[in-house]
Amino acid sequence: MPNDEHREGIGGMINPRRYGIERVAYLLMRLSGLGLLAYFIGHIYETSNILRGQVGWDDFMELISGTEGHIVMSIVIAMCVFHTVNGVRVMLGHGGVGVGKPARPDYPYDPASQNYRHKIGIYSAIVLAAVAMMYGLAVMFGE
Amino acid sequence: MRESTIMKIHYGTALAAVALVAVHILMRLTMGYAESLEYENVLANYKFVPYAIMLELILVLLAVHGFNGLRVILLELKQGRLYEKAVSYGCLVAMIGLIAYGSRTIIMTNMGMV
Amino acid sequence: MAQVSSISNEQSPTAKSVTLKISRYNPEHDESSQFMEFPVKYDQLSTFLEAILDVKKHFDHSVAVRYSCRQATCGSCGMIINGKPRLACFTKISELDSNVITVEPMNNFPVIRDLAVKFEKLFDTHQKIKPYLIRDDTELVSDEKEFLQTPEEVEQYIQFANCIKCGLCNSACPTMATDSSFVGPQALAQAYRYVADSRDKGKDSRLKIIDDSHGIWRCHFAGSCSQVCPKGVDPAMGIQLLRGYMLGFRS
Repeated sequence: MPNDEHREGIGGMINPRRYGIERVAYLLMRLSGLGLLAYFIGHIYETSNILRGQVGWDDFMELISGTEGHIVMSIVIAMCVFHTVNGVRVMLGHGGVGVGKPARPDYPYDPASQNYRHKIGIYSAIVLAAVAMMYGLAVMFGE
Repeated sequence: MRESTIMKIHYGTALAAVALVAVHILMRLTMGYAESLEYENVLANYKFVPYAIMLELILVLLAVHGFNGLRVILLELKQGRLYEKAVSYGCLVAMIGLIAYGSRTIIMTNMGMV
Repeated sequence: MAQVSSISNEQSPTAKSVTLKISRYNPEHDESSQFMEFPVKYDQLSTFLEAILDVKKHFDHSVAVRYSCRQATCGSCGMIINGKPRLACFTKISELDSNVITVEPMNNFPVIRDLAVKFEKLFDTHQKIKPYLIRDDTELVSDEKEFLQTPEEVEQYIQFANCIKCGLCNSACPTMATDSSFVGPQALAQAYRYVADSRDKGKDSRLKIIDDSHGIWRCHFAGSCSQVCPKGVDPAMGIQLLRGYMLGFRS
């Protein structure tokens, strides 16, 4: 056994295959959050180049405005939209909104909290992220 | 600080940041995307005081939200008194450092010290 | 991987055969767990507990498993069956539609031996949230009546009173996978069960207990706990409703 407590560990935490779309959303929320934090730190550094004057700014812009830079930016847009939309869903859920009402359970005990409202929220977040990513790519490569 | 207070701040900063970041992104689309990133236009953005204040707010909101999110993830990954203190204070220091670094850019550019 | 040769056992002529891969591990002398394969016969209504007891009877008596009621009431026989936490007595082999089925001890619980795990931590956290009615007066004093409730008030918590403390929710929870200090979905759902009870006056003390860096805020509403609950308790709902009190959505 890997440890005395027999914990599943990070592998179990990030495994999205066993428990449906809610667990996928949980994983994507974490990944997009970490990705956005990394981008945010990079963005603060990137914008500080303005203090180096026009030459410094233009040099840096040239570095990040190539194809790779646009692709990274489009992924950031997708992460941002997913994290926002799913974040609002999770926040509402955390307040008890849309998680159903307590009631005597009947077999086969489908959990009321895993309802279509939240599933629609998750799928909407994924679709909107994809659309925003496409739009971002169109804007960046269209110019 | 109680965990519920920290998490209320986490939710509050998220909602406020969504609104302000939306304005920040829309500003990139008012003119062409590439044009909006030209040196003169960016400089003009920074020198426009209301916009500079908005950038400062976004900086604080996202730094608080982002580093608290990182703290939550790290606290769940490993436990232990020393580790948890190091994570909490480490994230706080990183947050303050990032805000200070970003504020330096905003303030110096706004005041024309470029 | 060890394999045990098949023997014929008395089953109906319609019985099919399945290979059970049972995780074997004794912390006293084993470095790591190993799977042993056992071919067992089953029919449409055979449960995993019956199959494991068959293995004990015909192949290897030393397979360790905890069980008691055989009817999803005692909460003893939780285990990971084909990757998901399930009650062995409540899961039919025919449900899984697979020829080879892995059976492992529940995750996030220390293993005693083979499929039996320790429940001390689960019971400790359950006790920590004060799973009893808290109020100054009592119905046990003479001249007092029992605490009355309307059917609507009962509906608020009765679903959560179905918890049998089997631990499947704690085994499925992604936070429990890495956070050994987390209170866990079982205890949090039980905290809601008492907070939502109109007879109880201990809401503030319970909310204070779970308002901790490893308390209710470490639940991220992934919902895996509710998906595996064999009694329809829906811990994820209870936790979110409980958090609603803390965020001011409920009073």
